[in-house]
Amino acid sequence: MTPVSRTDSARSWLMFGLGLCWLFVLLWPLLGIGADGVLSFAETFAVWGRIAAAALVCMVVWRLRRSGSLGFLDAPAGSLRDGMARVAAGVPRPVWLIALAALALSFPLYTERYAQDVAVLVLVYVCLGLGLNVVVGLCGLLDLGYIAFYGVGAYTYALLSIHYDLSFWLSLPIAACLAAVAGCIIGYPTLRMRGDYLAIVTLGFGEIVRILLNNWMSLTNGPNGLLGIKSPGIYLPSLADGFSFEHLYMRKLEYLYYVILVLAVFTVIAVRRLNFSRIGRAWEAIREDETAAEVMGVNTFLLKLLAYASGAAFGGLAGVFFAARMRFVSPESFSFMESVMVLAMVVLGGMGSIPGIILGALALIALPEAFRGFELYRMLAFGGAMTVMMLIRPAGLIPAKRMGKRGEEAE
Amino acid sequence: MSGPILELVNVTAHYGRIQALKGISLRAMPGEIVTIIGANGAGKSSTLMTICNVLRASSGDVRFEGRSVLPLSPDRLPPMGLCQVPEGRRIFPRLTVSENLDMGAFFRKDHEAIRRDKDMVYDLFPVLKERRRQPGGTLSGGEQQMLAIGRALMSRPKALLLDEPSLGLAPLIVKQIFAIIKRINEENRTTILLVEQNANLALQLATRGYVLETGKVVLEDDARALLGNPEIRKAYLGE
Repeated sequence: MTPVSRTDSARSWLMFGLGLCWLFVLLWPLLGIGADGVLSFAETFAVWGRIAAAALVCMVVWRLRRSGSLGFLDAPAGSLRDGMARVAAGVPRPVWLIALAALALSFPLYTERYAQDVAVLVLVYVCLGLGLNVVVGLCGLLDLGYIAFYGVGAYTYALLSIHYDLSFWLSLPIAACLAAVAGCIIGYPTLRMRGDYLAIVTLGFGEIVRILLNNWMSLTNGPNGLLGIKSPGIYLPSLADGFSFEHLYMRKLEYLYYVILVLAVFTVIAVRRLNFSRIGRAWEAIREDETAAEVMGVNTFLLKLLAYASGAAFGGLAGVFFAARMRFVSPESFSFMESVMVLAMVVLGGMGSIPGIILGALALIALPEAFRGFELYRMLAFGGAMTVMMLIRPAGLIPAKRMGKRGEEAE
Repeated sequence: MSGPILELVNVTAHYGRIQALKGISLRAMPGEIVTIIGANGAGKSSTLMTICNVLRASSGDVRFEGRSVLPLSPDRLPPMGLCQVPEGRRIFPRLTVSENLDMGAFFRKDHEAIRRDKDMVYDLFPVLKERRRQPGGTLSGGEQQMLAIGRALMSRPKALLLDEPSLGLAPLIVKQIFAIIKRINEENRTTILLVEQNANLALQLATRGYVLETGKVVLEDDARALLGNPEIRKAYLGE
């Protein structure tokens, strides 16, 4: 062993030890201080010991790989991976899409209510994440109040449904337009700002909307929320007496799953088309260098406003579905934490990357569910998982591909 | 045509309370190469930024083809035929070379002509064609400068403003780029306004030159005469 690698090894073991000590310091106040002021160490050591043992195994494997002792495993693993990649690349794209569609369509057939519930939630966040991606990922405007547009959409449908008995499907475009208008209202005065300032202003806007919903008793019924929102309805052909159409409210979760699936697919297609259009390229140019884009003849203000409005419209669509699914809306669903979650999905999944964001939404919704076994430590495990993900893949789970997509490459 | 294509009349501009331009007047005739030389902080880049309205003029007038452009927003100028290659190149690093060029033609809708212009740019800079699928940020400094010039050419400018194209480049590359600037000027009769610190090279290329000092034009003459001017040689050519 050369001296260099020996110090390297010593260093990583030292860091490993320090990390574990630090974890203990973090853990003990949570577990060791009892309600009546009794200090105990047993429980902390039990939890910490398990984590330390797991970490030790990971560390040993990692060190062995580094020193090449696991070389005999690398060759077969590598060829296996190459073989898999070859097979995957050999299957044409339509086959993948059809397989994915079949999986998504048949999902309710082989799952329980709980899994469907999680799937519906994931799809709602896919819509939100993709909408925010237009603003943050493509145009580079940090928006910390995105959930406000979700709220605008949800309350639009709630009010239209309760007071005017308007159908879900008609409310979709109306809510999308209203959310886009809300996007313009916030965008118009603030888009002259750049970077951090914009983030603060959008944060403020998000809170304004929530507080407005909370206090405008005559319209929104304040913190009590609005009840009695109708589910999406469809007309089914019926042969009961002659041929007629029968109106049916889709209350069952399977039906709602298909509704949000349609919305999510629509969002994916729309965002994809925007991304690879002339406007999408201009958005990316603005993200890269706003002044240069302006000097090249891009009306940056108008395009930023457009990014804001279209991002907001997708949020509005998701909001309509949310109201229809819950059949109840209240301001607490649109808190700052939700904005942060959606933003985390975009960043974690990979800014500007559509498959990345879908995976990000899946990870951020499904992981806390998967960690339910950890009970009390669920959020701790979730935070740890997020940290590890960002360390391993800093550009996101599936970083945006930058090449071979547009312009002459498409020829 | 007899009038100047680009004319600045007594232009002043401020950064906050600091006055950057103290009454600049200059003109460029169609097909001319005009250079602005001067030391750091003389106001060369500010002059170009004011022409493009990124920096708003406090007083005076900027006329392009006889029409005042001061009331227009910066994005309205490239469609009129006035385009800038900004200082420090400012290409879009995560867009591919090809997409960067497309951004130069953003306001144009004539797809056929855009394609031909792109081929023309690739002819002018063959290295860009080789690297057209690479992100702009992975190019070398010289290649990025070529990309920035190519991007501006995609807007079919009548007047091209170049801000320090030699900045941070090896002498050989600078020579190459200056040769291409000359070619652009000769082939398309494009008026060129060239801001440079490398006064020697700039004056050899240009027909006329302006010397800027602390926000004012202190000297204006034929490029040849400026090259022979002993004071200029002493101050800017290091003799």
